[in-house]
Amino acid sequence: MTNAVEIENLVVEFTGGSRPVRALDGISLSLKQGEVLALLGESGSGKSVTLRSLLRLHNPKRSRTSGKVTVSGRDVNALDADALADLRGGVVSMVFQEPMLALDPVYTVGEQIAEAVVRHEGVSKAEARARALALFERVRIPSPERRLDAYPHEMSGGMRQRAMIALALACKPSVLLADEPTTALDATVQIQILLLLRELQREFGLSIIFVTHDIGVAVEIADRVAVMYAGRIVETGPVAALLHDARHPYTRGLLASRVERVARGERLETIPGSPPDLAALPPGCAFGPRCSRATSACQTTPPELMVDGQGRAVACFNAMTPAE
Amino acid sequence: MSAFPATEDRGGPAQPLLTVRDLVKHFPVRGKGWLGKRAVVRAVDGVSFDILKGETLGIVGESGCGKSTTARLLMHLIGPDSGEMVFDGESVGDTLALSAYRRQVQMVFQDSYASLNPRLTIEDSIAFAPKVHGVPAATARARAHDLLHRVGLEPGRFAGRYPHELSGGQRQRVNIARALALEPRLVILDEAVSALDKSVEAQVLNLLQDLKRDFGLTYVFISHDLNVVRYMVDRVMVMYLGKVAEIGEGEAVFSAPAHPYTSALLASMPTMDPTRRIGEAPLSGDPPNPIDPPPGCRFHTRCRFAEAVCSTVDPALAVAGAEHRAACLMLAPGSGHGRAPAAELAA
Repeated sequence: MTNAVEIENLVVEFTGGSRPVRALDGISLSLKQGEVLALLGESGSGKSVTLRSLLRLHNPKRSRTSGKVTVSGRDVNALDADALADLRGGVVSMVFQEPMLALDPVYTVGEQIAEAVVRHEGVSKAEARARALALFERVRIPSPERRLDAYPHEMSGGMRQRAMIALALACKPSVLLADEPTTALDATVQIQILLLLRELQREFGLSIIFVTHDIGVAVEIADRVAVMYAGRIVETGPVAALLHDARHPYTRGLLASRVERVARGERLETIPGSPPDLAALPPGCAFGPRCSRATSACQTTPPELMVDGQGRAVACFNAMTPAE
Repeated sequence: MSAFPATEDRGGPAQPLLTVRDLVKHFPVRGKGWLGKRAVVRAVDGVSFDILKGETLGIVGESGCGKSTTARLLMHLIGPDSGEMVFDGESVGDTLALSAYRRQVQMVFQDSYASLNPRLTIEDSIAFAPKVHGVPAATARARAHDLLHRVGLEPGRFAGRYPHELSGGQRQRVNIARALALEPRLVILDEAVSALDKSVEAQVLNLLQDLKRDFGLTYVFISHDLNVVRYMVDRVMVMYLGKVAEIGEGEAVFSAPAHPYTSALLASMPTMDPTRRIGEAPLSGDPPNPIDPPPGCRFHTRCRFAEAVCSTVDPALAVAGAEHRAACLMLAPGSGHGRAPAAELAA
């Protein structure tokens, strides 16, 4: 069976500003059918840029892209405009962090879902509305018939995110991209949305890439985690393996600095410094200047992601061993 | 080296630094409500609590619970509709003038960029308030350098920079230094670390604890991140729709929550264990709208223990343990709730 998503050596540079910014610096990634992968990283690490590249959402006038992106056997960067429009929503679709901005404020949510169904499947408006209603029931929006005629501003945050998920699933995509879909939500609503996504994933056999900066959220939803730093993937592995035996000093540092690990008032372990400026990356490993294990090799060439054959991969010259 | 007249402790360690009684703040909303009555957001609706000297009091709750409005009321950035605040024995706005109060209470906000003047160097930002309060410019500048050093920013490198030349973590350090420039006794941290990257958040949390110890500060720590709150606070107050749901020692509240809302909030936290993921959401739906909160106990519409009495009686804070109180009818003797203890016999 082919992989749902295959990314090979993807480089994305934004050229709109005074200096080009290399947001993705050669990432390679694959997503198996039915797998849930979490992309974990801080702001500017390139996780959202990766997602957007899968839908080819970056403006070609202000960005340069190289590398190969394959979604369900289609070469995304080679598609013509029509084929690209078929891909978006029909094969792969996206749930955004802020549904209030992602939904159109001047149409009811029902109209927006029906429009997508009519565009992709050429069915009648009545059929499309029936599909929208079924989806609203499926994502458990209370009084779904009435809510179809609501405008986005008339819904609560959690309800809007459910509507957004219904819209994303309207044309039966096989790949769902989720860009921090629960970050703007309250804790008690966040868990409801995570559980809904998990349930829909099982039911429809969806392959999901879930972007988050919250390691706890990644653990709740993902099978596998890819940790990103300054436009590169620094480590990947199954969730449990990564939690208990992280190999990259950055992943280790993130896990060690968690407040849950120490008693109240005790000093937290920290990673010194702050994430680098993408327009002025060091020549070697981007994490090198903050890393306690850095050697001279780290200052000249960035380490490649090395696969270990057990579903783990790490990009570090001085990777940690399980005993450490 | 203090630039201000000493603000020594007046009432002794046992007297709360700040006592808040029946604080109310309603915001009018545009348009008319039912029967022409003007609709109001009941942002803070009768809140009472004490902030003890030298403690860190956490405030948690979801959007619309009133935690940020409470912070702004504590700072007197907005005036309350009613209610009283007593700062170390003096009534705020009465025996204690607002300007004197504001010098002793400072705040750090979530958005490190929006809370700094983009046209001032960070040295000028930090020295600004002391100069307003009559400190000579040279003294204020020397003190700004001192504070920059204290928050881990080398004054020689950073004093002349503008906010946009700093990273988010560095800017938040500047905001903390600025808050300390007036030598306050109480610092309100309103989601002060929430916008920071995780790898930077831990650094700032360590810094906050060092400063608290070195300057003898009292903190109000507001956050939606329950793990961080558990780590930082001595006591915690849980708010729901403008009211206090529960208040007590941090460990007591986190390990044995007494209010069903607190339990649900804690049970919604990610487990960090892929073999024991959460199987069922503790609550369904979103928090109700604070414009028109449910009658009786405001949580009854989402509470799995709710009985008929909960929709009519607004529960007062009842004893849940030593220094631990929760506003739930299940704890109030003789409240009429099936799980409540029987009413005590008159002595």
